[in-house]
Amino acid sequence: MEIKKKPRIKAIPYEEFNDNEYLEKMVRELNENGANIIVGVLDDIVNWGRSNSLWPLTFATSCCGIEFMAVGAARYDFARFGFEVTRASPRQADFIMVAGTITHKMAPVLKRLYDQMADPKYVIAVGGCAISGGPFKKSYHVVNGVDKILPVDVYIPGCPPRPEAMLYGMMQLQRKVKLQKFFGGVNRKEEDPDGSPQEMSETAAPEPAANEQEPVKKEEK
Amino acid sequence: MQEILEIPAAEFHQTARKLKEEKGMDFLRSLTGMDWGEEGMGAVYHLESTSTGATMTLRVRTADRLQPELPSVSDIWKGAALNEREAYDYFGILFIGNPDMRRLYLREDWQGHPLRKDYDASDLTNPLRMTNEEAVDTTETLELNPDGTLKVQENILFDDKEYVINIGPQHPATHGVLRFRVSLEGETIKKIDVHCGYIHRGIEKMCESLTYPQTLALTDRLDYLGAMQNRHALCMCIENALGIEVSPRVQYIRTIMDELQRIDSHLLFFSCLCMDMGALTAFFYGFRDREKVLDIFEQTCGGRLILNYNIIGGVQADIHPDFVKRVKDFIAYLRPTLREYHDVFTGNIIAQQRLKGVGVLSREDAISFGATGGTGRASGWACDVRKRHPYAVYDRVDFKEIVYPQGDCFARYMVRMDEIEQSLHIIEQLIDDIPDGPYYEKTKPLIKLPEGTYYAAVEGSRGEFGAFIESRGDKYPYRMKFRSTGLPLVSAIDTIARGAKIADLIAIGGTLDYVVPDIDR
Repeated sequence: MEIKKKPRIKAIPYEEFNDNEYLEKMVRELNENGANIIVGVLDDIVNWGRSNSLWPLTFATSCCGIEFMAVGAARYDFARFGFEVTRASPRQADFIMVAGTITHKMAPVLKRLYDQMADPKYVIAVGGCAISGGPFKKSYHVVNGVDKILPVDVYIPGCPPRPEAMLYGMMQLQRKVKLQKFFGGVNRKEEDPDGSPQEMSETAAPEPAANEQEPVKKEEK
Repeated sequence: MQEILEIPAAEFHQTARKLKEEKGMDFLRSLTGMDWGEEGMGAVYHLESTSTGATMTLRVRTADRLQPELPSVSDIWKGAALNEREAYDYFGILFIGNPDMRRLYLREDWQGHPLRKDYDASDLTNPLRMTNEEAVDTTETLELNPDGTLKVQENILFDDKEYVINIGPQHPATHGVLRFRVSLEGETIKKIDVHCGYIHRGIEKMCESLTYPQTLALTDRLDYLGAMQNRHALCMCIENALGIEVSPRVQYIRTIMDELQRIDSHLLFFSCLCMDMGALTAFFYGFRDREKVLDIFEQTCGGRLILNYNIIGGVQADIHPDFVKRVKDFIAYLRPTLREYHDVFTGNIIAQQRLKGVGVLSREDAISFGATGGTGRASGWACDVRKRHPYAVYDRVDFKEIVYPQGDCFARYMVRMDEIEQSLHIIEQLIDDIPDGPYYEKTKPLIKLPEGTYYAAVEGSRGEFGAFIESRGDKYPYRMKFRSTGLPLVSAIDTIARGAKIADLIAIGGTLDYVVPDIDR
């Protein structure tokens, strides 16, 4: 079966997203291995459901967190797009919005939160601080980019990003979820205990670009 | 520039006690650790008398750089306890007699003290450690033996049989990354140990390598719900030092913006408190109305949360032509909405029972901890900086300082709700006659402050926000310290919550209304 799809997000046409190359590459790589028609159709159904009910973790360290609350509140209302409610427990959350500066003291805590989340899980780095350290890059106590400790799926720039930017970033995550190979992809990885060290080295990669491609690499296995 | 009294370290504890008892200096405004290079290390104390309004600045110094020791005043002003821990964390100054000489912000295994001038800031000294930090159950008090040696006395925070639960740093009710360790007896709170520093960004150290206009950018990120006021304080401090007189137009604009920011912050306080208490609809109401303030900000400043509006000598841009009209519309809109809030939430029986009589802070304790802002005023302490040390045009407007005597959660809630009305009242008096004139004074491209120390304070959204600068005549500040509005509130939480139920901690934390990045800086 050939995967032809362009991930469809309600209300925004495909052409209006800025970075379609990455997704097109993802589709190309998926197609290289081919897909079973039954599994492929099942994938489509599961991904449709998953991408429209992504629940974020209530996690905020500083300024971006207030904007994140604003996105959840009356005017911007991310529930319209399937983000529904934020969960206070990492075990019930699908993705984590790293909203705010991550300091040296917070880094192990954040890593533990990420580890507590159930697979499949995603990370969005919100704002300058989470992307690179932002205005606090030179500080002695700030981690220069959350991608040093977690694999990041989407970066949302801004200080803090506007609510519209956050919605756009979260939709990018939905598009990514829509293209993932759920059967035989992410799940099979967990059965292989030897796979974990390799996975670790991938998450530790400092280049954001390397992280962006990480889920694709997993699926090639 | 303030006059500073130099007091020898040996006599300091006695002098401090005398000042408090005889001169009524019962409010420790700010305690700043200092590194004066070859002159040694020490601390600067800003004192104020709540009865007479007199202020005073003291300086204590020790020449020993290897093991600097100062007497602790945590038994005289309770608020000093956490501030001394901060000074220890930043400079390694040991305070003799402080019951808890742990680090406040950094990890226990951190090497060195970052604000010392001889600190090695390379990544090799303190690499990113991904190991989990262990919380200790004991602390140390240092006491001086008669022969001058130090005696270490161990204090037990929590003993083995106590039932200790951990709240935070990832918990929706802590409003950010604050962490409490709470010892429980059944449901009753026996003791709270506060852990800060999960969002400590070292802003004060960063300021030392930034020029004065550059330092302004970081103030908005301290207490992001008081962005206007924070920046106002720092601009005012620098303007006072340079002797710049800003135009009346700027004063008016700054005052109006400060009050709008206060409304914004109090609306968020209302939303979050209601959400914590289970009233989710009120959260949406509060955020809906807060967006209206943000729209006004956005039109003039371009930003929603981080505004970067005040600059040295004025403001970044003139107000938008629609500004006056929109502010008036907003005032007309918010008044009836506030009544609706009271109908929806304030009179609610559940809200009343969870707030009334819960978490009482006495007036003496509020002063001793330095818990200013809504918390102090709810305890009957008239601590409004706008009345105590009027700045901008606050001496020309008529407004009431809201003071409630009860000191419980409900009083803290009512103070803030009433303050929204007072803020509307202030804006109403000013909005129609904003004088013409320049919206900024031209300053030199390179700003150098004359040598000396400067302190300026404004009434932030949640208390006195102060900026302290020590300048040596360079284009960079030698030391810059911000008086956090939240740190005194957090230091008081153990006193407030003792004996309350664990569920009350949510109401107490919600009504104290701290912002964690402002505590940690």
